Amino acid sequence: MAEVTYLEALRQGLQEEMRRDERVFILGEDVGHYGGAFKVTDGFLAEFGEERVIDTPISEAAIVGAAAGAAHLGMRPVAEMQFIDFISCAYDMLTNYVATSRYRANLPCPIVVRGPAGGYVRGGPFHSQNPEAAFLHTPGLKIVCPATARDAKGLIKAAIRDDDPVLFFEHKYLYRRIKEQLPLPGDGDLVTPIGQARLAREGRDLSIITYSAMVWKALEAAERLEREDGLAVEVLDLRTLLPMDDAAITATVKKTSRVMVVHEDTRTGGVAGEITARINETAFEWLDAPVLRVTAADTPLPYAPALEDYVLPQTADIVTVARKLAAY
Amino acid sequence: MTARPVVAEDRAAAERQAAGGAPPPLGRERLLELYYYMRLTRSLEERLTNLYRQGKVIGGLFRSLGQEADSVGSAYALDRAAGDMLAPLIRNLGSLLVMGARPEEVLRQYMAKATGPTRGRELNVHFGDLGRGFVGQISHLGDMVPVMAGVALTFRMRRQGRVALVYVGDGATSTGAFHEGLSLAAARRLPLVVIVENNGWAYSTRLERQTAVRGLAVKAGAYGIPAAREDGNDVLAVFAVTRAAVERARAGGGPTLIELLTYRRKGHAEHDDQHYVPKEELARWEANDPLERYARLLTSRGWLAADELAAADARVTGELDRAVAATEGDPAPEPESALEGVWASPARQPAPWYREGGAARG
Ligand SMILES: Cc1ncc(C[n+]2csc(CCOP(=O)(O)OP(=O)(O)O)c2C)c(N)n1
Ligand SMILES: [Mg+2]
Repeated sequence: MAEVTYLEALRQGLQEEMRRDERVFILGEDVGHYGGAFKVTDGFLAEFGEERVIDTPISEAAIVGAAAGAAHLGMRPVAEMQFIDFISCAYDMLTNYVATSRYRANLPCPIVVRGPAGGYVRGGPFHSQNPEAAFLHTPGLKIVCPATARDAKGLIKAAIRDDDPVLFFEHKYLYRRIKEQLPLPGDGDLVTPIGQARLAREGRDLSIITYSAMVWKALEAAERLEREDGLAVEVLDLRTLLPMDDAAITATVKKTSRVMVVHEDTRTGGVAGEITARINETAFEWLDAPVLRVTAADTPLPYAPALEDYVLPQTADIVTVARKLAAY
Repeated sequence: MTARPVVAEDRAAAERQAAGGAPPPLGRERLLELYYYMRLTRSLEERLTNLYRQGKVIGGLFRSLGQEADSVGSAYALDRAAGDMLAPLIRNLGSLLVMGARPEEVLRQYMAKATGPTRGRELNVHFGDLGRGFVGQISHLGDMVPVMAGVALTFRMRRQGRVALVYVGDGATSTGAFHEGLSLAAARRLPLVVIVENNGWAYSTRLERQTAVRGLAVKAGAYGIPAAREDGNDVLAVFAVTRAAVERARAGGGPTLIELLTYRRKGHAEHDDQHYVPKEELARWEANDPLERYARLLTSRGWLAADELAAADARVTGELDRAVAATEGDPAPEPESALEGVWASPARQPAPWYREGGAARG
């Protein structure tokens, strides 16, 4: 075992898959000689060579499109978006071409598109986005959002092995801030199954359903609620958004009957709305209170710390909403 | 206009061009103004670097050291009185200053002040003012090319005789938006000047890995528009080549693509130590510094006296001293102001119910 960061765990996952399977290759802007803007693929060029670690021209459409073509022929491309905000430049490729390829043409398209998402880093409106809701609506894509170092590694490995296109949204705030004891590289095969949520904390009084960096805020709020209110709060880390783990969601609803959904993305049309609808349809009679949301406000993400902190969800918000739910 | 080869690294190019006792290409006042804007650009960035080191610049800091001639010379070729407009990139601080952006505005942007032009919403030089003729950019490379094609289209629809200018980096010429915007502008013969700043690098990626062509000017040929290639570190040459393209566009001759050869002498942003840049290459371009080169030309030709340049330097120092003093203590924006202005109407987004009574802490 060794202590590794989220970023290091991700790197290990990529590296192990590249060693295991020579069909796996990486393409993106500045991923080779520079090792990626956040150094996720640092050292890969030296180990795997220019054929498998490809510095591309600046075109997200070309990066994703080329990955799709290679994937049709049996390769396992991993495309990096330098910041996930630039995935919008490949929106057409992903939603029209990639997502439909199996259904319309019986063409497998096992690509991974990964990159740093998320705010709390003073990145302003174009280096902070959380684009999951833009893709949640497109049948054919899978979406994963790891919150822990273990899952950063386990999910990237699962994503590469998956036979469908997977969008892999890393949280840049977590890259170097969280650490975890993980088995040494090559010591066992750490794979997190896609489509399975994880109970990050058990509790019986109320549930917080969340993913990515918000898992940590939810855990912080849960500790505070236990300390100050004596509440036992359950935290469900979804890990995968598509396909969604309905069984895990239903189980926590039945257990606590009071549910809140938390995400960093904006409110209207966000993932929380979808989760709330599913709960209404499948577990309405188990609820003792309406499902409540804590999300970003419906604005572009501003740059100034005071504004960014206001727009994004904070631990105190989760605490406030949990108290309301508990008292309902 | 045809692409003519230039040797950007030839520090004597400007001097040679002016040889033979040629009269100054511009009046003394305008020559001095070009110098002033280049110095202002460089010195403002140096102040920003200090503020960055003190942690007062909140986000990243992007330098245009060594590229001041390209920004200043090209923007200066527009006719501001006629209402020409431009869209800058991250390294076009000089273009913004020429169009009338104030150092105070730039300082407030970088320091995320409530008093800044975007009231803390956007960072660095991402701001615009239609009244002064500049459109605020976004980060997504290439996007401003079609937008400025639309600005040029409107100038033409209104028969205004105005010209639009847009900058893209060598790296940004790989984006679809660049090609699609250029294609539209060319097909409609719009009054648009596209400046391609070839500074050798796109982040860590060299031009040779960005494109298979040897120079970027050739990309114009595919759209049936003329191109020019110029030494981007020679401010008078940049001015002249841009002025010709601007007048051509104004006269109904359609777009021109101008490739300016220059060099990014700092890392991509302040955090980047540019370890991947060969030291000799950096040294060569340091010796081809556009500001020093221009100062030498002005004094050696006798167009301006050394003490006139020194007076411009002193003016810049004074203005920046005052600008920093006037902005450093400005307030941060009020948290709730984040909810304003997403739409014209309604003008304010509702606050989340759990935020009533103010901002959450922690
Ligand atoms: C569509 C898009 N993809 C990726 C990026 C990330 N990015 C920001 S600047 C940059 C390099 C730009 O190089 P160039 O166009 O040559 O401009 P320079 O920085 O040299 O002025 C990259 C890849 C971006 N801003 N937009
Ligand atoms: Mg460049």
